[in-house]
Amino acid sequence: MARPGELIFDQPLEGTLAIRISGSWKLHKDLPSVDAISRQLEQSPGLQKIRIDARDVDEWDSGLLIFLGRTLELATQQDLELQTIDLPDGAAKLLQLAVAVPETKDARKAPKPKTFFVHLGDQTVDFIEGCGDLLEFVGEATMAFSKFIRGKAQYRRSDLALILESCSGQALPIVTLISFLVGMILAFVGLIQLKYFGAEIFVADLVGISMFRVMAAIMTGIVMAGRTGGAFAAQLGTMQVNQEIDALKTLGISPMEFLVLPRMLGLTLMMPLLALYANVMGVLGGALVGLGEPNISLIQYYHRTVVAVSLWDLGIGLFSSVVFGVIVALSGCMRGMQCGRSASAVGDAATAAVVTAIVGIIVSTAVITVITSILGV
Amino acid sequence: MVEVMPEEPHITVENLTMAYGDFVLMRELSYTINRGDIFIIMGGSGCGKSTMMMVLIGLKEPAKGKVFYKGQDFWGSDEDTRNIIIRRAGVMYQSGALWSSMTLAENISLPLETYTDLSSRQIHEVVRLKLALVGLAGFEDFYPAEISGGMQKRAGIARAMAMDPEILFFDEPSAGLDPVSARRLDDLILELSESLHTTMVVVTHELASIFAIGNNSVFLDASLRTMTATGDPKKLLAETQDPTLRLFLTRGEKA
Repeated sequence: MARPGELIFDQPLEGTLAIRISGSWKLHKDLPSVDAISRQLEQSPGLQKIRIDARDVDEWDSGLLIFLGRTLELATQQDLELQTIDLPDGAAKLLQLAVAVPETKDARKAPKPKTFFVHLGDQTVDFIEGCGDLLEFVGEATMAFSKFIRGKAQYRRSDLALILESCSGQALPIVTLISFLVGMILAFVGLIQLKYFGAEIFVADLVGISMFRVMAAIMTGIVMAGRTGGAFAAQLGTMQVNQEIDALKTLGISPMEFLVLPRMLGLTLMMPLLALYANVMGVLGGALVGLGEPNISLIQYYHRTVVAVSLWDLGIGLFSSVVFGVIVALSGCMRGMQCGRSASAVGDAATAAVVTAIVGIIVSTAVITVITSILGV
Repeated sequence: MVEVMPEEPHITVENLTMAYGDFVLMRELSYTINRGDIFIIMGGSGCGKSTMMMVLIGLKEPAKGKVFYKGQDFWGSDEDTRNIIIRRAGVMYQSGALWSSMTLAENISLPLETYTDLSSRQIHEVVRLKLALVGLAGFEDFYPAEISGGMQKRAGIARAMAMDPEILFFDEPSAGLDPVSARRLDDLILELSESLHTTMVVVTHELASIFAIGNNSVFLDASLRTMTATGDPKKLLAETQDPTLRLFLTRGEKA
């Protein structure tokens, strides 16, 4: 075991601070630090030179280099000359290498400490800019859509077909599962209360109205936000990273029309159909639970559902699902197009897309619910 | 046997400053790219070569200064005019940037389908020709992920050439290629330049390529944050007094 690294000050002579270092100068928590030298410098003013004698250093690694580098900085700051004696060959060369290219001062990203108000201001500006970006994106998407209506949009029909497929057929299994289970859950919870009143048959009303009016649309919306919205963001984000979107732009092809438009169209067209399907699945799930009750028959359940659910319920549910389709597609595409140029940015974009979509779905449900209750439908 | 042609400015850069926010990358850049040049944008890593190209192809707005395409102010024009100008250029990106959801044939035919009224049969012929020119005949139905990096770059060139552009931009064509493939790519650029008289703008720091293909260049000095020389790289090597440029052109070997 080598001796631990040591730092010994000799008596200053003729303006020279003489330092002897010895032992093992490998990176270690007990290694002497450069602070000792700066203290020594403060105590004895009028020095012109620091001399480091390294002849007794047994072994060294980055620990020695860091120490020497800091000492050199200190010496430069205080206009002192640094002289080294018997520095190990390798260490001398590495020290030269480290100081060969001066530090680029303005390249360092100094994390300036921010006061609360600066932070608040930054956040507010970011928020306002974010709102501006959203409006801009919605505007561009609308322009692209109007071009599509006039038949002038540049997109590939095969892309649209692929997106339609992935937003419909491929989403069916998970939509089936989720809406069937939600129907069952609603029926279970409802039955517990309805039994007290002997009104078990009204479970059909409960399941039917809540599925048709909100639950089917919300559940498909959330499933599609996770499944398709996240995928949109990841696809467009990766294209951003790969410069594929740049390549479109330099060809004069609008990424809005070529990439965003088919995705928005596909999802917005398919969402109401998925919601309709989820309605049926939810009612079936509710019926399965309802039939477990001895005094409910399938015919009864069917009749109760048909009586209870109005066309308004269906209409509001389908309208909501169109809105959710726009929200999910919009947030997915927007986050994807805003994506930075790194792998982690793609992950962030996908996460942000899902979060934005789900928040949007819940908020717009609240708005739609308030409006419909004011209108009394 | 060099064809002597009157020098006609194709792209002119005047007093250009590029910046990211407050961080000025390069300032006071002025140079001229003549028609038919193989123009090299060279400089050390991180000096702003690729950003320079972004400015030239309309993806990044300069902080100050002007870019002229045949006398027409590029960044002073509206977006539609810029699109029309840049449509006459083809760009090969560093990683190829082929659209990954499309086959090579679809990649090359997209600009043709968008901007020409060629029949699908004619487009198919053009696709075959362009792929053959870059040595990729027969790979029409491959997806970009199914071919090697060098092939992706060549396919990127084929796509850039799809519309028979007047200017071709190359971002680090030989980066990440083995020496032989890099050499073949250089030869390809030379041959295309000789036979099509296309103006080529090549961003690179590969010395071998610079001397093999370049006949005009600009050197961006990362430490001074500006250009320090422009002209034929071979002449620059012979005549320059600037130690940084000399160091760069001689690969750091002391003369």
